[in-house]
Amino acid sequence: MSTVLSVQNLSKAFGGVQAVEDVTFAVDAGEMRALIGPNGAGKTTCFNMLNGQLKPDSGDVLLGNRSILGLPPREVWRRGVGRTFQITATYGSMTVRENIQTTLLSHHRQINRMWTAARTLFVDEAMALLEQVGMVNQYDRACGVLAYGDLKRVELAVALANDPQVLLMDEPTAGMAPRERVDLMALTAEIASARNIAVLFTEHDMDVVFAHAHRIMVLDRGRLIAEGAPNDVRNNEMVQEVYLGSGAVHGVGSA
Amino acid sequence: MGELIVTILTGLSSAASLFLVAAGLSIIFGVTRIVNFAHGSFYMLGAFIGYTMVQAIGGTIVSYWVAVLIAALVVGLIGVLMEILLLRRIYHAPELFQLIATFGVILVIQDVAKEIWGNEDIVSPRAPGLDGAVEIFGQRLPEYDLALIAIAPMVLIGLRLLFYKTRWGTLVRAATQDRQMVAALGVNQRWLFTGVVFLGSLLAGLGGAVQLPKGGADLLMDFGIIAEAFVVVVVGGMGSLGGAFLAAILIGLLNVFGIQIFPNSTLVMMFLVMAVVLVFRPWGLLGKPETPAATGTEIPNEPLRPAVPMVKVLAGLVLAFLIALPLLQELFPTVLDPFVIVQANEILFFVLFAAALHFIMGPGGMVSFGHAAFFGGGAYTSALLVFHFGLPFELAFPAAPIGAALLALIIGWFCVRLTGVYFAMLTLAFAQIAWSIVFQWTEVTEGDDGINSIWPSDWVTPLVLYYLTLGLTVAGVLLIRRIVFSPFGYALRAGRDSPLRSEAIGINIRRQQWFAFTISGAFAGVAGALFLYTKGSIAPTSMEIARSFDALLMTLLGGVEALAGPVVGAAAFKLLEDLFAASEYWRGLMGITIIALVLLLPKGVAGFAQTGVGRRLGLSRAEEVRA
Ligand SMILES: Nc1ncnc2c1ncn2[C@@H]1O[C@H](COP(=O)(O)OP(=O)(O)OP(=O)(O)O)[C@@H](O)[C@H]1O
Ligand SMILES: [Mg+2]
Repeated sequence: MSTVLSVQNLSKAFGGVQAVEDVTFAVDAGEMRALIGPNGAGKTTCFNMLNGQLKPDSGDVLLGNRSILGLPPREVWRRGVGRTFQITATYGSMTVRENIQTTLLSHHRQINRMWTAARTLFVDEAMALLEQVGMVNQYDRACGVLAYGDLKRVELAVALANDPQVLLMDEPTAGMAPRERVDLMALTAEIASARNIAVLFTEHDMDVVFAHAHRIMVLDRGRLIAEGAPNDVRNNEMVQEVYLGSGAVHGVGSA
Repeated sequence: MGELIVTILTGLSSAASLFLVAAGLSIIFGVTRIVNFAHGSFYMLGAFIGYTMVQAIGGTIVSYWVAVLIAALVVGLIGVLMEILLLRRIYHAPELFQLIATFGVILVIQDVAKEIWGNEDIVSPRAPGLDGAVEIFGQRLPEYDLALIAIAPMVLIGLRLLFYKTRWGTLVRAATQDRQMVAALGVNQRWLFTGVVFLGSLLAGLGGAVQLPKGGADLLMDFGIIAEAFVVVVVGGMGSLGGAFLAAILIGLLNVFGIQIFPNSTLVMMFLVMAVVLVFRPWGLLGKPETPAATGTEIPNEPLRPAVPMVKVLAGLVLAFLIALPLLQELFPTVLDPFVIVQANEILFFVLFAAALHFIMGPGGMVSFGHAAFFGGGAYTSALLVFHFGLPFELAFPAAPIGAALLALIIGWFCVRLTGVYFAMLTLAFAQIAWSIVFQWTEVTEGDDGINSIWPSDWVTPLVLYYLTLGLTVAGVLLIRRIVFSPFGYALRAGRDSPLRSEAIGINIRRQQWFAFTISGAFAGVAGALFLYTKGSIAPTSMEIARSFDALLMTLLGGVEALAGPVVGAAAFKLLEDLFAASEYWRGLMGITIIALVLLLPKGVAGFAQTGVGRRLGLSRAEEVRA
């Protein structure tokens, strides 16, 4: 397997808070990689630096072997990094399908056309993506009225629309029922392996993490304290301490 | 040397009331998140009430200043009245409604002030003990200027003590910084808000009262100060008192030095300073970036769908009626006055103007408070080409949208760097500057008199002009509609719905908004040129703030969410205006209508289609239950 995303010595501080400190790792194509850690560990901050939303204080982010440091999010996306947000970001005044169509229009660089009705463009591609995430029967509903779990699915479809090499998923299953969570991640894993996408995700539900991650990284107060295969991480003392100490997450010792 | 010092001192003195007004505006915004448009009116009231008080009791040094303070207190109480009766009900309404509602207050106050103090300007009263002049290096400086120079820092220090040394002040600061915290205050929140509006209004009133000996009082003060106060707040940084102080001094000095160097372009200089500051510090000299409004509270718009058959039929009927109107008028001259054509003509170009504004306001989510700049910009482009170069109608008319679009391209480049109320204030400030260029640059624009006797070619009879207006308006509205439904329109809405997501899927929101702004300016320019050739003349009044607000009101009246909004709204607005025109108090009536509208029918007339009743009438689709 080949490395698609490598992160080198990434650091970021907000005022006095060192949110991310000297984080280094690499993700391979087709790999499911979990980034876990208690609340406030710096997971989202890390993601924000990977897709260009935040500028790191130091360190580098390479896509393939080219640095994407300093590029705005829209450029990072054009190079093949898709993203879902911890708090979903969709277009509430558009239907589910229109959300996907807008993304496809941008991907195919047709977003500045002014004459043709957008509703009629990329219909089949949009439906195919909705099919993948199981949202076909709700295609004509406004995102503003969807249930939260469904919004997460829409976000996944949006993130897949530009054929990404890398998928960043920030708590993709938050707000879903336990059954739905495992299903959604199973689906993600399937798509990732079929399309050879590198998936980096954060997650608080350890069942989901241990069921689907090939490798797991543990972040604590901005620092990576462990990285390895699920079993190694599960048996790592430091990790157990962080989790038992904070008491925030269940399931580390079991499953 | 002496001259320089005196000039600086004069500049500092003119900064005083500007600082007071801007500080009040900033404080009210900081806590309530409402940009109080009526702030200029409070300033004006401060001047009028101050004058009355000074006449009544202000004979001695002490009683004079007591009179000034009473005036400020009374204005503060008027602010409280506005807060309790109006603002309290709209704290959670969209920004636009808040701005429009306070604009309604301006209109009401104008009529009330006219009723009480009359139309005549009030000449400056003398301040006892300060009516002489001092000599500085051989130059004379009015004593009162020295008093003004002292007032601003005194108020600044007083405010800082209030904010940093009292419990109430700590609450105000906390509320300004953290919106969540305000909600947690519970009952006290009400009094915090009321208190803040009192303080802010009092400062505006004080500003009006202390400038009396220099500028007197008149009915134009309200709009005059508000644009300048916006510039100060934008340059200084919203919510920053120190910033307001600094910016007021900057603008004050700029005014006095500007007059010496470029006597006719003081306002243009102000624009340049603001532009430079915004390029390097988009949030002002001492301001902090606006934290994005917490999402979730605002109910998302419904998806845009092609019109339902019922609406299409209705639109077709209206269009058929408008096409047949000249014929109908000839057939039934007793029922239809010839004036009806003129009226329809006027409604039509305002429909186009409102549709242009709605394009960026509705789908774009950008509330422009200065769209008259493009309306007037288009009209002046044609008028100037005819006046100076004798261009024929056939060339001058199509030049209007180009001129307006260029203007929008320049203004838009600055404005799209900001969002929300900052954007609104900046558009207003730019429009005011465009107005002042037209007003002050008499050699080119004929200034206040405007450019007269601009008529179309002979073949364009009034009837042809009517059909031209009808054709261009219908084409314009349909074209805008087409763009809204095109990928470009989707990208625009995307930027409004979720800037975060848009940026993450490769959409350059700023550029999108900038283009949309320019397109909107071009359409407004066409409307302006139609106005010019219908009326035969154009004057700076067509670029006034009030004209920008007309367009906003039309859009609001029609409903911001509905695509039919501007069409219905412009018609409704013009009919209302004609209805009120007979009354001496048409402004006040309009103001009250606006306020009532905001409180009672926030979705506008066309938004009515999306209510239960409207749906049953087949005006829009069945509603979907929110999950
Ligand atoms: N924009 C910001 N300004 C200041 N501090 C921030 C900002 N964003 C994050 N932080 C701080 O950085 C730290 C890391 O936050 P981050 O959101 O990355 O954590 P997280 O691991 O994603 O947590 P969660 O599991 O709750 O989502 C926290 O202490 C947070 O308060
Ligand atoms: Mg997070």
